Amino acid sequence: MDTLTSSEKHFALQYLREEALPSPFCPGCGNGITVNAFLKAVKDLGHEDLSGFAFVSGIGCGAWIPSPHFKGDTLHTTHGRAIAFATGLKVARPELKVVVISGDGDLAAIGGNHLIHAARRNIDMTVICSNNFIYGMTGGQVAPTTFTGDRTTTSPYGNPERPFDLARLVAAAGASYVARWTTAHPNQASRAIKKALQTKGFSFVEILSQCPTAYGRRTKAGDAVDMIQWFKSLPIRKRDEEAGYCVPTKQAHDLGEFVDREDTEFTEALKAMVRKVE
Amino acid sequence: MKSLPERVMFTMGDIAAAEGALSAGCRYFGGYPITPATEIAEWMARRMPELRGAYVQYEDEIASITSVIGASWTGTKAMTATSGPGVSLMLEAIGLAVMTETPLVLVNIMRGGPSTGQPTRGQQGDIMQAKWGSHGDYQIIGLTPASVQEMFDQTVQAFNLAEKYRTPVFVLADETVGHMREKLVIPDEKDIKLVNRKQPTVDPSEYLPFKADDDLVPPMAVFGSKYQFYATGLTHDERGYPSDKENIQIDLITRLNDKILKNADDIIDLEKYQLDDAKIAVIAYGTPSRSARRAIAIAREEGIKAGLLRLKTVWPFPEEAVAELATEVDHIIVAEQNMGQIYHMVRSAGAPTPITLMRKPAGMPQLPEEIVQKIKEIDSQ
Ligand code: SF4
Repeated sequence: MDTLTSSEKHFALQYLREEALPSPFCPGCGNGITVNAFLKAVKDLGHEDLSGFAFVSGIGCGAWIPSPHFKGDTLHTTHGRAIAFATGLKVARPELKVVVISGDGDLAAIGGNHLIHAARRNIDMTVICSNNFIYGMTGGQVAPTTFTGDRTTTSPYGNPERPFDLARLVAAAGASYVARWTTAHPNQASRAIKKALQTKGFSFVEILSQCPTAYGRRTKAGDAVDMIQWFKSLPIRKRDEEAGYCVPTKQAHDLGEFVDREDTEFTEALKAMVRKVE
Repeated sequence: MKSLPERVMFTMGDIAAAEGALSAGCRYFGGYPITPATEIAEWMARRMPELRGAYVQYEDEIASITSVIGASWTGTKAMTATSGPGVSLMLEAIGLAVMTETPLVLVNIMRGGPSTGQPTRGQQGDIMQAKWGSHGDYQIIGLTPASVQEMFDQTVQAFNLAEKYRTPVFVLADETVGHMREKLVIPDEKDIKLVNRKQPTVDPSEYLPFKADDDLVPPMAVFGSKYQFYATGLTHDERGYPSDKENIQIDLITRLNDKILKNADDIIDLEKYQLDDAKIAVIAYGTPSRSARRAIAIAREEGIKAGLLRLKTVWPFPEEAVAELATEVDHIIVAEQNMGQIYHMVRSAGAPTPITLMRKPAGMPQLPEEIVQKIKEIDSQ
């Protein structure tokens, strides 16, 4: 069976800067699983190393997934703007495989505008969002992904707001490929990332990730094991099921693919424009 | 490709800046419309595809500047243009460009502020913002053109300095310079001197992306080359890895500042007009410097020994030149289209020589007669 941790020397090490390890993540954090799921996808696609990739991340725990650990070109940027930096990279050098890996606060709160506009342009890049439903690095503040009623340090009486459904948001904005999995579904997540990397257009993989330190502690969601159990209980979408509109709840956060379609990609459209002008 | 011959245009400063950028080899423009800089974006949207470059209009100014940084890391010369409110949004990214030593050019066509202010009226209110706007201690390069021709020439110069010193460079033009129409001569392509960033030559295994040469500037690899590296806005060592050690912070911040300050003589560009025997000197830049030049000609006709020190660059501030001038003249007048910004720098460099500020936070600069009157007043004291 194909597992993520079977080899003698861990397969992921060939892609990592060993001198930059260990990672800064707390014990039990889901981000390590996302590292593995991503690198497994890279390996399955036949890449011996990360040359040809360019990684961009923003600020927050999720931003440390590629940076400085991935042995490749990585740009660790300002809060929320990773996708905008990545757009400049991709337009100026379309042959690069551009990947943004960051958290929900970075990509969907402060960076939400860039997220939907990049999906609208359908620019060829893969965005992986480690969604832990909270601001972890700063100790557990309410995020635009926090469930209604959750108590955090800045929603002490329970979150009065509704959370974003990131997968549906990005799908509606025009992305070519969108999927949502969890750290309790590493193989599905890895396969989705593989598909995302092969997509010619904007691809978005949301990975619900346990954060025992901030989310677990603040909202009483429990430890890493409790949260993995919770993720395992989430419903899985049927193929071709209408996405519809719904506000995510802890019980009804559906997993699977939301979009897989072909449409004009942005750098191709720019190239076509140049040919027309010439 | 054969080189483009000399071309003559009658055009506005904004378009001259855009043409200067293209002549400098700029092939990426991240834009967002804003008065009075929109003409630059419009011109680039038309011209870039003709030159196989890219114009992308973003959802906001933050995205335009950050995309410029991304594009620059691929080795592409990249820029954006905006005005005060846009610059305010871009400042965090300017800090990142300073910290990651990313060459880029930002043209600020300065309008009346603060806030929305007077979008269609010029001012010079963003001089200190360019220097101090982003958080932390850093140096910046700021050029202050005063004519349509200089919008072209100094935008070329801005790219050369950005590439040479791996730093963001501001072109700080007041709206009058941006929108005035004058003759522009675009030289034959082969007569335009261009500078390109240093590339690493060592074996990739030995490449340290933030190890500087003697000029304090590290060679810069491009994304997607055989050199793999990592760039971050966090304080980093020569390998590029984040560090919270005190000595790493001190070394990095000192070098980032010194690479500009110790090369100030190479960067600073001044024009002296009738200063040889002057007793009263006017210091000005941009549109007010045009009034000042006229005022000095009038004062000279009336036998007053007045001269002009025109700052074509404001950052790094020409401290030594101003200090020297202060020992040669009896009085300095600073004429600025603001409430006094460079004035404070002149005061600290020129003391104890008396320094008078002619301030004007409005679209119309000080008129020549107003400056003449001030010169006469001082002369008769
Ligand atoms: S705070 Fe949460 S998300 Fe951040 S490293 Fe710790 S467990 Fe992971």
